[in-house]
Amino acid sequence: MTQSSATTPPGAVSRPCDAAAESEQLPSPARRKVLKGALAAAGLVLCLRQSGRVALAGAQKYGAAGEPGGVVDNPLVFVAIHPDNTVTVTVHRPEMGQGIRTSFALVVADELEAEWPQVRVEQAPADQARYGNQDTDGSRSMRHFFEPMRRVGAAARMMLESAAAAHWGVPVSEVVAERQKVWHHGSGRKLSYGELAVQAAREPVPEAAAVRLKRPEQFRYIGKSSSRLIDGADIVAGRALYGIDTRLEGMLYAVVARPAVLGGKLAHYDAQAALAVPGVVKVVEIPSHPLPALSYPLGGVAVLARNTWAAIKGREALKIRWEEGPNRHFDSQRFETELQQAVRRPAKVVRDQGDAMGVLREAGRRIEAEYYLPFLAHASMEPPAATARIVDGHCEVWAPVQDPQGTRDLVTGLLGLKESDVTVHVTLLGGAFGRKSLADFAGEAAVLTKAMGGTPVKVTWTREDDIRHDYYQAVALERLEAVAGPDGLPVAWLHRSASPTEDATFEAGAEGEDSSEYGMGMINIPFRIPNVRLEIPGVPAYTRIGWFRSVYNIAHGFAIQSFIDELAHAAGRDPLEYQLALIGPPRRIDPRTLSDEWNYGESPQRYPLDTGRLHAVIERAAREAGWGRSLGKGRGLGLAATYSFMSYAAAVIEVQVGAGGKIDIPRVDIAFDCGPQVNPDRVRAQLEGSCIMGLTVARYGEITFRDGRVQQSNFNDFPVLRLPESPRDIRIHMQPAGFEVPLGGVGEPGLPPIAPALVNAIFAATGRRIRRLPLGTQLADWRA
Amino acid sequence: MALTLRINERSIAVEAAADTPLLWVLRDELGLTGAKFGCGMGLCGACTVHVEGQPVRTCVTPVGAVEGKSITTIEGAGHDPIGRAVQAAWLALGVPQCGYCQAGQIMSAVALLRNTPEPTDGDIDAAMAGNICRCGTYPRIRTAIHRAARELREAR
Ligand code: FES
Ligand code: FES
Repeated sequence: MTQSSATTPPGAVSRPCDAAAESEQLPSPARRKVLKGALAAAGLVLCLRQSGRVALAGAQKYGAAGEPGGVVDNPLVFVAIHPDNTVTVTVHRPEMGQGIRTSFALVVADELEAEWPQVRVEQAPADQARYGNQDTDGSRSMRHFFEPMRRVGAAARMMLESAAAAHWGVPVSEVVAERQKVWHHGSGRKLSYGELAVQAAREPVPEAAAVRLKRPEQFRYIGKSSSRLIDGADIVAGRALYGIDTRLEGMLYAVVARPAVLGGKLAHYDAQAALAVPGVVKVVEIPSHPLPALSYPLGGVAVLARNTWAAIKGREALKIRWEEGPNRHFDSQRFETELQQAVRRPAKVVRDQGDAMGVLREAGRRIEAEYYLPFLAHASMEPPAATARIVDGHCEVWAPVQDPQGTRDLVTGLLGLKESDVTVHVTLLGGAFGRKSLADFAGEAAVLTKAMGGTPVKVTWTREDDIRHDYYQAVALERLEAVAGPDGLPVAWLHRSASPTEDATFEAGAEGEDSSEYGMGMINIPFRIPNVRLEIPGVPAYTRIGWFRSVYNIAHGFAIQSFIDELAHAAGRDPLEYQLALIGPPRRIDPRTLSDEWNYGESPQRYPLDTGRLHAVIERAAREAGWGRSLGKGRGLGLAATYSFMSYAAAVIEVQVGAGGKIDIPRVDIAFDCGPQVNPDRVRAQLEGSCIMGLTVARYGEITFRDGRVQQSNFNDFPVLRLPESPRDIRIHMQPAGFEVPLGGVGEPGLPPIAPALVNAIFAATGRRIRRLPLGTQLADWRA
Repeated sequence: MALTLRINERSIAVEAAADTPLLWVLRDELGLTGAKFGCGMGLCGACTVHVEGQPVRTCVTPVGAVEGKSITTIEGAGHDPIGRAVQAAWLALGVPQCGYCQAGQIMSAVALLRNTPEPTDGDIDAAMAGNICRCGTYPRIRTAIHRAARELREAR
């Protein structure tokens, strides 16, 4: 449906790439580290890591301006109007199910006064200098690009108006663009956008300050609920193309045997039997890279064949001996004990207010609890896959990647090419959830096409490959201690969070959460507690740690929201009333006063933590859910609320626990405040999806290691929630907000309250406190 | 070996070993990439097509076993009224997120409605339990199946 073309169609409002915004790169405290490929001797790629550990120097830039590539809002880059009256919007952020291709196009079309049926979308290749930041994570595509995309549409509309005015020889003030036509007031003459396309392309681009945006009441698409999806018709007809669907002339299909233990290396292999499998063409070694892992291929042996099945069979026939390296003894069960030890002794203090340790020491009674979240795999339905070829020294890659520029940098470095000799086409992503931020799989395709003299090669990961070679959500052990005052509210609060850092994937030896990681829902608790101490033990990583939807907010939200429920019950108070009392009166808190310097990379003035909004979503969820209503035996309501990615979310889950611990969830009420909703139906979809993914985390998700190897392999032993277990009734309650309110994130913030709301509901239903995720069979002995 | 398959009402000759899973023949040899690879073990339903009107998991179905049988893939789902009704309901309710699982979901839903025109929630649970959606579109899938059933009933 969308035609990709390297050349600008004639008559388009588009000129050659003349106006790419200069992008300044400052050390960014963004949670996603920046990989900069730089070629060194021996073809090694050097990595400059920029993370929450880097001290900020110079003027701080916030939001998109603080991200590599920054913001581009030039209409010539993003909009093309064709003589046939269609409009192409180039979307530079990858689509992984969040609906960004639809939502960006809606924003541009609205300001442009384009008619939706005439709008097409084209996916931008990796080119951050041209398009601005493309690294799609952190729930920030719309948060960062709503305003720029509005300016893009509005500026293009103004160019069409200028062109029409010039054509008619009338002042531009006498013309107006509406519904894909420009009208002349006086004469009633009109010209379609198609008729104006050629001339409009020659008009000067208006200065940013001169761009006239619509008033929100003039919006036709923005903020309106509709189920329209730009790729919907292709998806339901099986025509939508994902990375794994790429097919090129003469392409070989590759499947790779990788070291089971991170850091392992090939010692010896025998390809004879593999080569005897019909359809197998060649067996190629992929070099491994010394740790840290970064986004490099893991190395191993690739089997290239005429089709995927032959490659899979060929791989089964390989005989390989590995040298397993330093992680070969890693055992996640033993590691849990190490984490326990780590949270039971003093550690690095990251927030200290009052004298929590003194109060805890003196207290007659302390309430304490430890909560455990295991490693998690993303298991997007489309496993990693990528295709690459080299023609005349130019490498082209087709891949489902969240970070197009990072992928391009990786391939540039791996192949020893210039950036201009690498093109990364971004396909649809069949789910990603953070896994496809690091494109080791695209690196494999690039290395293999090079080894094959440029022949196109598609690498497909099996589900087993995906589960065993993920960048995992970090395991976490959270210890909380509190002393309650006479009213039951805490007067002292100690929280130690022991979790390997994602930084270790980039920097050997990095230990413990960095400021962006403990910045996710741990450091910025907005509760009225006089004595607070937060500590981060330095624990190592033995596997590749990555980002999983909402990241460290999962463990922090689970622990803190469970603990508050425990405190409420210990105080004999209602958990809803207790939590509201703990939050206290509405106030807008500067995150820096909570020792949170990161604030998701956003300005603390523009994005303070607003306890009034947190309070409001909790009250709303509780009211809608009928909090306090009487339920039968074995039934309970659980509440949890979290603030993440600049959005406020509260969930009330109703659970029925049956004999043998059978869980039934008749209803979930979620109240959500992300500021104004640009595409309300997709916001709802993200919340429904976050709820279901959150329930998988709560009930099933667990990756374990023994002898350095992941013990799970496929959906049989890494189960995910299925339709019959899905809540019958998920009610999403959106808090209204005007467009003067800054946007919050949408893709991730719905997930963190789900697991704690479920365990709190289970406690209400059974009196059993679940402190270890997943729930699994912990209630197997429950008798209804 | 040379095989003749009947796919979406067309006869297609293909060269493949009889034990090759139908999924890879469809995707790699015939370019019918609508059926997706999700697990390769019959666990996720992403690869679902119809053989003689019944849903099968092509990742565990040897191509030799379906020779001469009538195969319908997602690319042919719109050829019949049930398929069209399901696709329309999916769009009306904005079911897809990433969309990757949806070909399989739709093929399972179409088979359900063919066998059970007025499915209960329990029927939907049973028919759709084998199709995983990691994006979590289940609530909308359930609603969309009911909607398609209603539309089909009203059209009768
Ligand atoms: S790929 Fe066939 S059931 Fe999963
Ligand atoms: S829509 Fe993404 S897996 Fe179902």
